[in-house]
Amino acid sequence: MGMNLKNASFEGWRRENGRMGVRNHVIILPVDDLSNAACEAVANNIKGALAIPHSYGRLQFGADLELHFRTLIGTGSNPNVAGVVVIGIEPGWTGRVVEGIAKTGKPVEGFAIEQNGDINTIAAASRAAYKMVKHASRLKKTRAPLEELWVSTKCGESDTTSGLASCPTVGNAFDKLWENGNTLVFGETTELTGGEHLVAARCKTPEIREKFMAMFNRYQAVVEAHKTNDLSESQPTKGNIEGGLTTIEEKALGNIQKIGKKCTVDGVLDKAETPTHPGLWFMDSSSAAAEMVTLCAAAGFAVHTFPTGQGNVIGNPILPVIKITANPRTQRTMSEHIDVDVTGLLQKRMNMDDAGEALLDCIVRTADGELTAAELLGHREFVLTRLYESA
Amino acid sequence: MTIHFVVHDEGDSVGVVVVEGLKAGQKLTGWIMDQDKMIEFDAKSDIPIGHKLAIKPIRKGDTIIKYGVDIGRAVADIGAGEHLHVHNVKTKRW
Repeated sequence: MGMNLKNASFEGWRRENGRMGVRNHVIILPVDDLSNAACEAVANNIKGALAIPHSYGRLQFGADLELHFRTLIGTGSNPNVAGVVVIGIEPGWTGRVVEGIAKTGKPVEGFAIEQNGDINTIAAASRAAYKMVKHASRLKKTRAPLEELWVSTKCGESDTTSGLASCPTVGNAFDKLWENGNTLVFGETTELTGGEHLVAARCKTPEIREKFMAMFNRYQAVVEAHKTNDLSESQPTKGNIEGGLTTIEEKALGNIQKIGKKCTVDGVLDKAETPTHPGLWFMDSSSAAAEMVTLCAAAGFAVHTFPTGQGNVIGNPILPVIKITANPRTQRTMSEHIDVDVTGLLQKRMNMDDAGEALLDCIVRTADGELTAAELLGHREFVLTRLYESA
Repeated sequence: MTIHFVVHDEGDSVGVVVVEGLKAGQKLTGWIMDQDKMIEFDAKSDIPIGHKLAIKPIRKGDTIIKYGVDIGRAVADIGAGEHLHVHNVKTKRW
């Protein structure tokens, strides 16, 4: 018996802006690399606060700087986050991130290090974090229909079993969630190479198709401009090749299985951009796992589905990442990283509908608060996408 | 019954090995997913899990079909049952 998604629901936190979150994090967010140490000190002082260090935020400019702000503001605005303490080296850019997050109505406070020093900044920010964690711990969970859950997907360390089974499992679940009115996203622009015509054919309108192809062709031009060989060992990766994938086309055709058979591509997004209506969205994005998942979190997604063949171990600080594998060797050797085992698909012990249901069940349990493998193992990869060199 | 390899579509050039430790000379059972048909085959190479075998003879320059779609070109002749991977198939892109 399949899950009746129209009657399905989950228990999470309804945020000030109406969005439903499935985690209740208070994050300590650096504007720049220089502020990582202060953020980590605050998170060490106040239990339940989570620092999200990263490597960038200085001397960026133009579209690359806009993406930096959009990613940080989006991360703070994600409904899995209850409150945010922002720390930057100086007050200008710090204030810009605070103002962006404040639009959600959630608690957010900013602190700048210059003219205060780390120690005074850490003291003041720790007091703010103390109040915020106290506040977050008092918030009550509420029940909401499943269609309010935003679900993202991206696969990694793919092999041939990804295209045969774990990616189609996501596709099966996405077809059902899409019919249910959920908000969904996929991306990995370069990893559609060889199958871009199949995605283009699924675009709902000619306008969406045109935008998708423009994004695809722009990214191809980047590869063409910078490549020094046929990209073998980068795309497919060494891990992909070890897993039996031979060409980018083969990898892409497996990847595309994640968008199922029924969903239409209902819109396209720039990196870290937030969807404006339900449906399946394409996000122009890197195919590197941590970059893409970070962008999904910044766009507001609450649960992530991640098919893997050879066993990518990725997580994210605020977005629970559900791993699905169909590779029996991966399931045998690294099962602590796998949330949904669909190895039965390749021996006809399970059919695709069973696999899709098993994933949907895991998505709902995760939304209700069950921890994923990546959360249990402390995987908090937060990787900002850069567009070009700093000024 | 163990399924040793899986083929997406009966028009494909390749199947994917889904068991560990497959050896040359082994009798293989394959499952064609889209048509839900079983086929028998002899392995001509040792093939690691996840790697592909040719399920028809392929000539140098031929297009390799998987999922019913072009996934690259052969850069050497490949016999049916032989290991098909980066040593004998290359991308047509990039």
